[in-house]
Amino acid sequence: MDSVVEKKEMKKDRTDTSPILEVTNLGIDFGGLTAVDEFNMTLGRSEICGLIGPNGAGKTTVFNLLTKVYQQTRGTILLDGRQTKGMNTTQMNKAGIARTFQNIRLFDKLSVEDNVKIGLQNHVNYGMLSGVFRMPGYWREEKKAHEKALELLSIFDMQDLAEAQAGSLPYGAQRRLEIVRALATEPKVLLLDEPAAGMNPSETAELMENICKIRDTFHIAILVIEHDMNLVMGICESILVLNFGRTLAKGTPLEIQNNPKVIEAYLGKKKEVS
Amino acid sequence: MKKMSKSSRSAFINYGIVLLFYLVVQLFISQGRVSSSLMGQLVPICVYVIMALSLNLVVGISGELSLGHAGFMSVGAFTGVIVAMSLKNAVPAGVLRLIIAIVIGAAIAAVMGIVIGIPVLRLQGDYLAIVTLAFGEIIKNVLNCLYIGVDGHGLHFSMKDANSMNMEMDGTVILNGPIGAVGIQKLSSFTAGVVLLLLVLFYIQNLVNSRNGRAIKAIRDSRIAAEACGLNITEYKLKAFVTSAAIAGAAGALYALNYSTVVPKKFDFNTSILILVFVVLGGIGNLRGSMIAAALLTVLPELLRQFQDYRMLVYAIVLILVMLLTNNEEAKALVARISGRFRKSKAVQE
Ligand SMILES: Nc1ncnc2c1ncn2[C@@H]1O[C@H](COP(=O)(O)OP(=O)(O)OP(=O)(O)O)[C@@H](O)[C@H]1O
Ligand SMILES: [Mg+2]
Repeated sequence: MDSVVEKKEMKKDRTDTSPILEVTNLGIDFGGLTAVDEFNMTLGRSEICGLIGPNGAGKTTVFNLLTKVYQQTRGTILLDGRQTKGMNTTQMNKAGIARTFQNIRLFDKLSVEDNVKIGLQNHVNYGMLSGVFRMPGYWREEKKAHEKALELLSIFDMQDLAEAQAGSLPYGAQRRLEIVRALATEPKVLLLDEPAAGMNPSETAELMENICKIRDTFHIAILVIEHDMNLVMGICESILVLNFGRTLAKGTPLEIQNNPKVIEAYLGKKKEVS
Repeated sequence: MKKMSKSSRSAFINYGIVLLFYLVVQLFISQGRVSSSLMGQLVPICVYVIMALSLNLVVGISGELSLGHAGFMSVGAFTGVIVAMSLKNAVPAGVLRLIIAIVIGAAIAAVMGIVIGIPVLRLQGDYLAIVTLAFGEIIKNVLNCLYIGVDGHGLHFSMKDANSMNMEMDGTVILNGPIGAVGIQKLSSFTAGVVLLLLVLFYIQNLVNSRNGRAIKAIRDSRIAAEACGLNITEYKLKAFVTSAAIAGAAGALYALNYSTVVPKKFDFNTSILILVFVVLGGIGNLRGSMIAAALLTVLPELLRQFQDYRMLVYAIVLILVMLLTNNEEAKALVARISGRFRKSKAVQE
């Protein structure tokens, strides 16, 4: 891990205080249904922000908008000061947004290591023919990718699973692998969609530690959707509450916990989601 | 000793199978134990095994469906014939001419692959199946009314008939419309076929186990996740499809140069489906399985000559059975139980 820390610190200018993500008036309609409307957000460069709200509030839709899986009907997304108009999902990743999926989407038939290597794909540089004819570039870059993949897997202590087939992993490990794969793309913003879903309390506690560790090691911003209030209140510096596609409240965990509107719409229902 | 990874071990087993097959056949030939009808099947076996590998790259590795793979074979076949015949005087050495014909046949088929792939592979859904199906039919029909000849002034073309090419008296007709290519000099051999097969196997296996192949497989498993990892979907799909088309073209050239005449009708929809059957039977994405299926199903009709009439019927039945076995949970469980018991009893014996 040490080498990663050093490299990152050299690369990033830690004094830069401009936001990494600025979203204004974002909205999307599906036919007649307005799934998200007037969504505004600014995310600091190494901030952990929570996105919460009842089922169907539009949280995943916000992620799909930020990664351009859906093109917005209105509004703008500024990533690191750059306009993202007309960009697609691939370009958004290259520009610095990586994500995980609520309904896990791993490359099931590939090994765990290869899943991470797909995340590294744009940082592994050799052509198709040097791959086929096993030229020096192939050996050098594959060795680098192999070492990098194991290093990233070690964040979650998963290096021993490197050769297992991704689709055969237990649920919790699959969620962790999705995070590692997203991290491998070297994002500036990491979007986690219900990372603790299906995990038991001790796994969740470990995950919370690791999310903080990732932020501290890589100095990236993390936006996390989660129904587990312990996790959200425990690690987020700011929280955004969505209800029926609109922003209900914004603030620190303490402010959100004491906001009557939130208590009524969300916490008041005492909805337990696994 | 360095530990060999699972994928490279499997790759070496595949080379081994091909080499073993070659040596055994050579041994039988030297003992005079191979019938002449079987001798005639040796190059087609190599060709269809290569075709099965080529299609498996699209269907199994890339997860797209091509229903016109015989079209690429056809392009390679007739390009190869034209090249081989027009270089008759310039390149007298047969082997060299065969190599040039195969390379150019593959190149032209690859160009066709690019022309189809660039617009179609940008779309999501089964458009490739529809377009390749149409491509196969179009190629067949165009070749059916294409006349090409060569004389001292070079190549002549016509879409009407052989006479309207206005060739010199010494000119030869290479492509004669529906009659196809006639008077081809046989350049292919079993050895050439096995060499090409090994090269194709080398190419595909190394491709699959490198950066590009990994991306191709990842896109098959989840397109959205691949996009979210910053992969250019069209680029990788195109690489797989064009490589596959080029290989089909090479196989086509090898095939055509094994006969004295080749008709365009040979590369029709039935041939495309036949190749797909090899892939499905051998296991989608399973290179070794599709090689074995292609080889067996190519010699089987020859061995069971008297049942020739029922060949398509048997194919249909086998295809249905395989689909049941691979997609039906109960059938799969049954097979697992039987093979489990079989393994157990073998373990007891040991
Ligand atoms: N592609 C789509 N077409 C039509 N409606 C959609 C589409 N995607 C999302 N929606 C609708 O948008 C609304 C918000 O869905 P979304 O998945 O964002 O909710 P969520 O907050 O993530 O909920 P959950 O907590 O259950 O994951 C829902 O009413 C959903 O039906
Ligand atoms: Mg959701």
